[in-house]
Formats: sequence, structure tokens, C-alpha cells
Amino acid sequence: MDDLLREFLTETNESLDVVDVELVRFEQDPSNAKILDNIFRLVHTIKGTCGFLGLPRLEALAHAAETLMGKFRDGSMPASGESVTLILATIDRIKEILDALERDQQEPAGADGDLIGNLERIFKQGAEAAAPQHTVGTLVPQVLERPLHPGEGSLDELERAFRETKPDPVTPKAAPKAQEVSAEKTDDEKSDSKIAHQSIRVTVDTLDCLMTMVSELVLTRNQLLEIVRRHAESEFKTPLQRLSSVTAELQEGVMKTRMQPIGNAWQKLPRIIRDLAQDLGKQIDLEMHGAETELDRQVLDLIKDPLTHMVRNSADHGLETSEERRAAGKPETGTIRLSAYHEGGHIIIGIADDGRGLDTERIKAKVLANGLATEAEIEKMSEAQIQKFIFSPGFSTATTVTSISGRGVGMDVVRSNIDQIGGTIDVKSVSGVGLSFSIKIPLTLAIVSALIVEAGGDRFAIPQLSVVELVRVRGNTEHRIERIKDTAVLRLRDKLLPLVRMRKLLDLEAGADDDTGNGFIVVTQVGSQTFGIVVDGVFHTEEIVVKPMSSKLRHISMFSGNTILGDGSVIMIVDPNGVAQAMGTAVTPQTIHDPAAEAQRLAASEQVTSLLVFSAGSTQQKAVPLSLITRLEEIDAKKIELSNGRHMLQYRGQLMPLVSMNEAVCIKGEGAQPLLVFSDGGRSMALVVDEIIDIVEDRLDIQVASSNPGVLGSAVIKGQATEIIDVGYFLPLAFEDWFRRKEMTVQFKTRSVLLIDDSPFFRNMLTPVLQAAGYEVSTAAGAHEALALLKQGRRFDVVVTDIEMPDMDGFEFAEAVRSDPRTAKLPVIALSSMLSAEAVERGRQVGFHDYVAKFDRAGLIAALKEQAAEDRAA
Amino acid sequence: MKPETGKDNSSEYVTATIGDQLFGLPILRVQDVFTPDRLTRVPLAPPEVAGVLNLRGRIVTLIDMRVRLGLGQRTETGKPMAIGIELRGESYGLLIDAIGEVLKLDDASREANPVNLDPRLARVSAGIHRLEGNLLVVVDIDRVLELGAEALAA
Repeated sequence: MDDLLREFLTETNESLDVVDVELVRFEQDPSNAKILDNIFRLVHTIKGTCGFLGLPRLEALAHAAETLMGKFRDGSMPASGESVTLILATIDRIKEILDALERDQQEPAGADGDLIGNLERIFKQGAEAAAPQHTVGTLVPQVLERPLHPGEGSLDELERAFRETKPDPVTPKAAPKAQEVSAEKTDDEKSDSKIAHQSIRVTVDTLDCLMTMVSELVLTRNQLLEIVRRHAESEFKTPLQRLSSVTAELQEGVMKTRMQPIGNAWQKLPRIIRDLAQDLGKQIDLEMHGAETELDRQVLDLIKDPLTHMVRNSADHGLETSEERRAAGKPETGTIRLSAYHEGGHIIIGIADDGRGLDTERIKAKVLANGLATEAEIEKMSEAQIQKFIFSPGFSTATTVTSISGRGVGMDVVRSNIDQIGGTIDVKSVSGVGLSFSIKIPLTLAIVSALIVEAGGDRFAIPQLSVVELVRVRGNTEHRIERIKDTAVLRLRDKLLPLVRMRKLLDLEAGADDDTGNGFIVVTQVGSQTFGIVVDGVFHTEEIVVKPMSSKLRHISMFSGNTILGDGSVIMIVDPNGVAQAMGTAVTPQTIHDPAAEAQRLAASEQVTSLLVFSAGSTQQKAVPLSLITRLEEIDAKKIELSNGRHMLQYRGQLMPLVSMNEAVCIKGEGAQPLLVFSDGGRSMALVVDEIIDIVEDRLDIQVASSNPGVLGSAVIKGQATEIIDVGYFLPLAFEDWFRRKEMTVQFKTRSVLLIDDSPFFRNMLTPVLQAAGYEVSTAAGAHEALALLKQGRRFDVVVTDIEMPDMDGFEFAEAVRSDPRTAKLPVIALSSMLSAEAVERGRQVGFHDYVAKFDRAGLIAALKEQAAEDRAA
Repeated sequence: MKPETGKDNSSEYVTATIGDQLFGLPILRVQDVFTPDRLTRVPLAPPEVAGVLNLRGRIVTLIDMRVRLGLGQRTETGKPMAIGIELRGESYGLLIDAIGEVLKLDDASREANPVNLDPRLARVSAGIHRLEGNLLVVVDIDRVLELGAEALAA
């Protein structure tokens, strides 16, 4: 193809994309002369170039559009929706012709009389309205070429007049003048932009080729480094270091050339939304935040279509019509919000709308109809789990196939596109409030930093991005691997970390002895889930060039690719997502840094709880949330001492009281005695049990509340009825002042409670207590987190908050809640050990509805009940 | 796949022994012949995949032809060889026992598979050539690399 023509095509296509966006902006803001100037200039340039290249059809179209826009610009005609639509249609036609031009290298035959005729008609209407005395048939050249009338006032005045003029007809005399002024300005700006353009066009192929070469260079550099590493003294050392740093810089530079703002992928969206809004008769506002966020163009290309698809979906299915919105008490104009920002080596893209949200019932029906799950399975699922089904293949809830979306290409395609580039997608929907998707994708696919580890004699690479820390395991230290039946765990800073052995995961057991005493644990984080991968050895980190797995091996979910190491050998790159899935837990990939995601994480944490299942006294299995347990101990029964009529154990230099589950559990005289240790605020107690059975992940859903002391109620855990233990009952048995306990009463009406406490212990303890009392509980670890939840529109019937908290205390929190009109009436109950008269008085001032001592749980339940009664009365 | 045909209706084959059997691979599909070195096994891979290796900067997936054809474990002490081929932009190596000479054979003399041929062999065979004192199985390379499809069919 002719170079000139190619240049023209690229440039024109870019200009047209800008025109699209600008026109939509202009339509919303018709008095903004700057936007119009911009559009006018672009179309004018296209026209000029077409004339130069001898492309009559394009020239005629551009000319007609330009002429009409000239009318808008000189203010002699208002920019109506009809005329903008017509100009947009003209631009579409120009694009069609350009496509054909690219294909056949010549302008396709055809006539554009229809469009040009329409443009001229509108133009004439405008002209007639503006200047009824000018009724000449061929107005176009006249307006453009009309000579100046002498003595029409200064340029400045005219300029101002035109800028301030609303799109109404102005004095016909002024019109041509303005045109000329603007034309002059256009020329000036053109020469400016020529100087400003310090960039050159490079084909994408050239950049891709460069990237490949740099990848190879990185590999070669790594190989050289490996060789030099083996020779302690080498004269190559210094030059190689230099080579190494230059390579790194080059790599960075080349990566930079491939980076493009995500706005490029969004460019077409305003136009799409505008057209959709017109077709559907909805009012839609498209907000875009962070359009300048950059990412690799390879990644950009892959997400472009999914993004467009999702935005279309939001406009078509998500947002309601203006009438529906009005009826629902929402603003008539629906909003679709796109956002993008960097986080670590990832880019987070959000697509949110304030429409009706997902229809969970319909998803359920569809899931059943498609046989994706049984009714019983669905019953057990939370809303969020059900909503995830929209990513299943061939899933579309749209009852009617519209021209916009619902063509059967659904979210599954979006998801697979995102999976392909190692990204994750998550959905959050609140019925009637809106729907938001969050996509997390790596910035670049080509080169990543990875930790090289060994397992079963082979080496593997784990992407550094998901590695949180490394823990060295030794048999006799704090950091040792412990087992609960077959589940290996590690105590890490008061938390139990689930472990998975790489050898077992990859089926490398053959020939390897089962030695878990020593090794390394790679603490890995995938979304909100943290787990440890046990490996035999850790070498170093290395910049690796990711090469895709062979198509014959791509089905192995444990690997995301392979790479060639510095020493020339090929190793597999472990995919942490695959590992997380293999661990059998439903990992919902999420980010935890923005409040929305944090809320999602909180919601998700309500779904599945790690429970320790054990037996004590009776055959019925019992369970307690694992997060409440500080440690699991198995001690020699001989070490148990009797003091003051109570069983005690010397434990970590302190006397720890032992409490039996019930009378049926006897403390053994000899042998190993399993204990569950609970700690809070420096004090520990141990619950004596018969046997620790297992750790399971399940939904904690207490179905039958219990009146038995020490038992919150019964829940179905892994298909078995299980008693959920009330830790709160046993704590005062060990220390009488731990807190006072009364029989709690059960209330069945479900009301939602937001529980705020900075201590995870109390959060974990009070949650099942409140759940057993019939409340739906959400938790927040601090006042800021809670406020963020409220800001998002999460509704709660009542808030229970701790007073003493870091950053923002309960008083300040209550004040913040009161000051926001949306939450001013929300009842807040304070929970504190600080029961001085002053504190109570201050509490009354800031608007606490009630004040309950921290350990008086019966009091809390009573206060909540009272609150509910008040609400009902109100 | 049709063996590449010359002007005189004959095709050239690279011959290879796997087990005790002689096989012929269409020469136009063969990229190179190499001795596999520094093979990395791939955990959880299908048994036919012997591993992956770095061949001049490319990652090559090695298919063990003995496993693929059901010819039993390799017992010989001699170093196996590999025939490099390319399929849809990916590099593969077919692990064989020994490489032989290049033969030019008349297409007309190629015979259909005997009906009682081992199904695992028949699946990848494009016909038989009778040589002097030996039989040569013509390998259909595309079918050799259809690992996934077979797993589904099996």
C-alpha cells in the first residue's frame, strides 16, 4: 500500500475516534465552544487530506458534515440531537469507506446523496431559521465564502458574543465573520501542533519484535550471570554487571513503549452508550476515572472486547428505564462508572452501575434448568456464590435477545478472556442498588519476577507477585508444621495457616521420603486467601520470560506457563490460582485495598468459615470457629496439676486453667490430652476435649438455637448435625471476671447488625452469639471500615460498636454516623468496658442509643431487642 | 495427512526404530534430529509427554513414542534420539530409539494397514511399505500429536 495512503488511514481513523467521543460530549454540553472547535478542526483536516489524495466521496461527506458543524460553531443553529445523530451517521459512513479503502486501496463506488441531502436539509432549516432572507438553494459555498462586511465590530467582541451565545439563532450578519475568525485560529493551532508533535509512528509489529528480542537478551544475560556465578573470580564480572543493568534498563524502556493508557480501550464507549441510550430510551451517564492508567498493549487488546461487552450489558440489562428509576426513587439518569488504577504489578478495573443488580432468583432458576447445580446445593449457597454462576459457560439470564446484548455470548466469554491473561474477575451485586465487576489483571504478560524453588528434586518458579513471605520450617522451633488429622497447618503470628505440600500437589512423591520436619513455606496470597506451599528448598529470585505452555500441557491448572532459566534448563511456572483451587477451597479472587473490595471480602468471609470439628463427652460432633482458637495442644496428661480444686497446666510460664466441655468429659489420668487453647488480652484457657477430628470449611449457619449452656446451637457441617460451641460460656468458667453471662434469649426475626470491634477475638465470638439470637451479622474491624460500608449503601438495622479502637473511637464514629443524613437515624449501641458516668454522658451526647458493658451479652441481646421494639413502634 | 509427494509420485521418509519396529516419517515434516539433553519432567502431564527441554531458545515438548505407540518401556542403554517437528507454531520432539537412513519410496507400493494391526499403532499409521526383509510403518505425524482427542475417546 502506498505509504501516504497508509499514513492517511491511520491518522484519519484516530481522528474519527476522537470525533466520536467529542461529539457525544458536545451534545451534552452544546455551549462548550472548545469541544466544537476541536471537532471542527479534525473534520476539516480529514476533508483537506481527502481532497489532496483525490478521494471525492470522503471529501464530499466530510465537507457536508463540516458545513453543518460550522453552523453550530458560529452559533447560527442549535445542535439538536437529530443533527448530531446525522453527523455521527456521516462519520460511520466515512469509516465504512475507509475500511473499503484499506482493503481495496481505492475508494469504493457508491453515492452518499442520502446523507449529504439530509445534512444539507438540516443545514438549510438552520439557515432559514437564522437568516430567512438567505433562501438561495446552494447555500454551502456561499456561507463559507461570503466576503466580510465592513465595520462589524472588533474580533474580540464577536468572539465573546459567540462563545456566550446559547445555541439560538443570532444575527445573520455576524455568522460569516465568526467563521473566518475561527478559521484563522485553526491555522495557527495547526502550526503549533506540528511543533508539539515530537513523536513518530512505529508499527505494533516492530514493538512486538523488539520485545521478543529483549526477552531473548534477558535470557542470555541470565545465562551469562549463571556462568559467572560459578566462577568466583572472573574478569567478566564487571562488564557483565554493566551489561546486566543496561539490559534491565532496555527491558524497562521497551516495556514502556508498549504501555498504553487504558483510555484507548474506553474511547469507543461514550459513543456506544450514547447510541444505546437513544435506542433504549434510557438516560445514561458514563463516568470514566483513571483513563490515563497504563498497561501493556497486548493486555489492552485482550480486555477491550470484554470491557465493551460488560458496559453494553450494564446499559442494556443493568440500568432501568427512566420511569422505573423514578418509581424506585432513584435519579432518572443511570450511571455507569468505569475506573482503573494500579496496584502492585496489577491493574484493577472496575465497572459499576447503579441499576437493578443481578436477579438472584432468575439465576437460580437458570442454574437448575441448565443442571449446573441441584436444588439442595443451591439452598446451601450464599447470594454471592449464586451470582458467580453468571460466569458459567452459556449462561445468560436475559429473557429476550436484544440487538445490544444477550446474544448468547455471555460473561463466560468475558471470564475466559480474562483468565487467558492471568486475570481474575469478581462480581458484586446488591438488588436494586447496582452491580459492580472488579477485574484484576497483570500489567504485562512477558517478563515477571519469580521465586525459584525446589520440590521433589525439580525446580519450579512461583510468581513473586503472589508471594507474601518465606518461612523456614524446623522441627523444634516456633515454626513447625502441625497436623490436624490429615490437614497440615502452620502457626504464624497467632493464625493457623493452611499448608499444602508441593510434592503432593504435583504428584512427585515417588522416591521422596516423607520428611516435613524441614523445608520452606512459601506464604502465598491469592485474592483474600492466604496459604502456605511447602517446598524442599528455595534458591533465588529471577526475572523470567513467561512462555506459554504447550497446547498438550495447557490443561494442567497448576502451571501458568514455563520458562528457560539462566542455566538453560526449562522449568514450570506454578500458578497460585491453580494451587488455591486444588486446595479445595472456593477462592474468590478479590482485592482488599479499596473499601468496595473490602466489603466484598467481608461478605465473602461470612460465607465460609473454617471450623474445627472435635468430639467431647458425647458421640455428637462439635465444632468451633477455627479463628477463635489460638492453639491446639496435645499435652502429657501427667502434667496437669490440681490446684484450688481446679485443673491447671503450666503453660508458657503461666498457669492456664483447664475447663471440661461437660461432665462427661473427664480429664485423662495419663496419655496424651488434646486441648483447645483460647487467648485474649494475655490470658489463656484450655478446653479439654476427647478428640480433635478435623478442620472443615463450611458455612456456619446455625439452624437450631440451643438452650443448653455452652452450646450456641446446631448446624449442618459436612452433612452432619454438629453442635456449635459457645466459647463465651467457657471463658468465665476459667476466669470468673472474663465476663458475666446470663442465659440468652432467642429472637427469630432476622435483623441485620453491623458489629464493629478492633479485636478479632470479640468479633469472632460475638458473631455466632448474635447469629444464634437470630441476627444477620456483618463485621468491620474499625470505624473507617464501617463508615465505608455505610457509604456504599449497605443497610443495617442497628450498629453495635466498641468504644476503644485505634484511629477512630466509638464516640467519633457515632458522631460521623449522625452527621450523615442517610444514616442519622441509624441506631448505634455502644459496647464497652468503660462504664464511667462520664463515658455514659459523652455517649448520650454523641447519640448512642444504648450503652452495654462489653461482656454482658445478655444485656446486648436485650438492648438489641429493645431497639427492634422501638423501631417497630416508630 | 498425505505423505509429501514428489514429481515422480514417490515420497521421502526419515526412518526410525522404535522398539524393534521400523517407522518412516515424511521428510518434509521433519525439522531436525537431536539428542535430548536436560529434559525437565512435567508433573501431572499425560504419560506420553516425556518432558520439555530447551532447544536453541525454544521450548520443545518431547513425546515418548514408545509410550505413545504402546511399545513398552525403554530398556536399551543407548541414548534415545528425538525427531523435531513443528505443529501450529509449537515445537515437538518425538523420542525414538535410533535414527535410520532416508528412504525414497514409491507411493504406489504403500499398502493399507492390516486389519489386525495393534489399534494403538493403527491409529497413527498412514500405511505400510514392504521393504526387503522389513516392514516400514508410515507415521501420520498429526495423529501422533492428537493426544487430547484420544484421551477423550478412550
